[in-house]
Amino acid sequence: MIDRSEVLETNKMILEENLDVRTITMGISLLDCADASLAKTCDNVSAKLKRLAGRLVRTGDEIGREFGVPIVNKRISVTPAAIVGSACCRKPSDFVRIARTLDRTAKSLGVNFIGGYSAIVSKGMTPADEMLIRSIPAAMAETERVCSSVNVGSTMTGIDMDAVRLMGEIVKETAERTAKRDSIGCAKLVVLCNAPDDNPFMAGAFHGVTEGDAVVNVGVSGPGVVNHVLKSCRDADFETLCETIKRTAFKITRVGQLVAQEASRRLGVPFGIIDLSLAPTPAVGDSVADILKEIGLEQPGAPGTTAALALLNDQVKKGGVMASSYVGGLSGAFIPVSEDQGMIDAVNAGALTIEKLEAMTCVCSVGLDMIAVPGSTSAASISGIIADEAAIGMVNQKTTAVRIIPVVGKRVGDNVNFGGLLGHAPVMKVSKFSCAQMVSRKGRIPAPIHSFKN
Amino acid sequence: MRVMKKAIITVVGKDTVGILAKTCTYLAKANINILDISQTVVSGYFNMMMIVDASSCRKAFEDVAAELGELGLGMGLKIRCQKSEIFEKMHRV
Repeated sequence: MIDRSEVLETNKMILEENLDVRTITMGISLLDCADASLAKTCDNVSAKLKRLAGRLVRTGDEIGREFGVPIVNKRISVTPAAIVGSACCRKPSDFVRIARTLDRTAKSLGVNFIGGYSAIVSKGMTPADEMLIRSIPAAMAETERVCSSVNVGSTMTGIDMDAVRLMGEIVKETAERTAKRDSIGCAKLVVLCNAPDDNPFMAGAFHGVTEGDAVVNVGVSGPGVVNHVLKSCRDADFETLCETIKRTAFKITRVGQLVAQEASRRLGVPFGIIDLSLAPTPAVGDSVADILKEIGLEQPGAPGTTAALALLNDQVKKGGVMASSYVGGLSGAFIPVSEDQGMIDAVNAGALTIEKLEAMTCVCSVGLDMIAVPGSTSAASISGIIADEAAIGMVNQKTTAVRIIPVVGKRVGDNVNFGGLLGHAPVMKVSKFSCAQMVSRKGRIPAPIHSFKN
Repeated sequence: MRVMKKAIITVVGKDTVGILAKTCTYLAKANINILDISQTVVSGYFNMMMIVDASSCRKAFEDVAAELGELGLGMGLKIRCQKSEIFEKMHRV
């Protein structure tokens, strides 16, 4: 029997605490679209996306209305474009044509982002991988909805430092190509280590080659709900605190699981995974930073922040895995700066620095995310930041990422506004000391040892 | 066999005459059967929950939800109609 208080609780979460399903992301393999002719490849890609995802947006909206829970984004992830285009692309501008096809098709399907303009170069780059990477600045400038990601390392392969060096330059060039729009191109570009094949969240979503032909992945959300429930245990001990977070994560994940199963059934596409991430939005109260404050920090960035975040991340997973048998993607708390009002406030208060954020990424998903830095930051320094994050991911066997925006013409303390879900961000200080000599070394960092764990 | 399509209707807002009558009239016209009702009025605030069976309803579920929402707006109330699974899944292991 359904209990009245449970109905009220669920609806309060939805109506007052910003509970939503953040995204239904349909992963689609484009391997069978590859052709020796570029025009034919683009036609195949467009036709397959329309065939499989034609009803995606409508179905997502329908489910949202029937269960009374908002499903904010309907998105698509595809096979890394570097693989799809390897037989037909002869120069970087050929890849840009694939990007334009993805963008046009995404627009016609009504999805707000399509991920997978990607290259997986954990150990080395094929000529096609390198061409795709070199095409990213143009692709990000010329398209609106395409998201790009490059995986530069993994625990099993080490870090491809040639790709890291190149990505420093590509991030800079992408910023310059979109300089008139606060370098927004970089907000759609992420550099990863240990990238998962089934991530539903942008900008790092792509449909890995380990996946089937098509799959439905769902990303849940709910920092606002966790934040609200923690208000009731301000003086409680750690056991109560952890138990409360776990219970809440269970409830949030169950909603995601229900939506995922319904979407899978109605679209006739297998259900893949639920991503248990606490994904904040710029909306007031929908903030991971506020949860950290509720745990007992004056501001995120204060001593104790890493411990609080580690605790939060672990409880979210423990509650979530009980609610769904298939958990994957990134699954953890996101700590983007521009998309979380509490983080923005912490930076403005002088509490949070890039170095502290880096420490926080050791214990949560996913990495240095949506961080605006001065436009004068060198490509080598950006490569250094990428290398640091990749090293954390490689050694700790976890996903890490860098989505950093060197905003052209902006200095520390300035503000940039990306609009919508991407939010706004204060420009943060980067260490002025150089790592150029290290970054200029060729080759790769070897994989870490997998034995001698003592 | 007819499969039960259970839904939960919640009505929240300032109390006024005829809330239940109007809601029930709509449900009767739509061929939706009421299984359970509970309601309270606390300091002038009306709070009701209904469990209904919509399996004989010929309208699309989302249309019913939208029309009930509009009916509520006309009385200055918030009426939500949701499939029951969201509550069952969220609160049961």
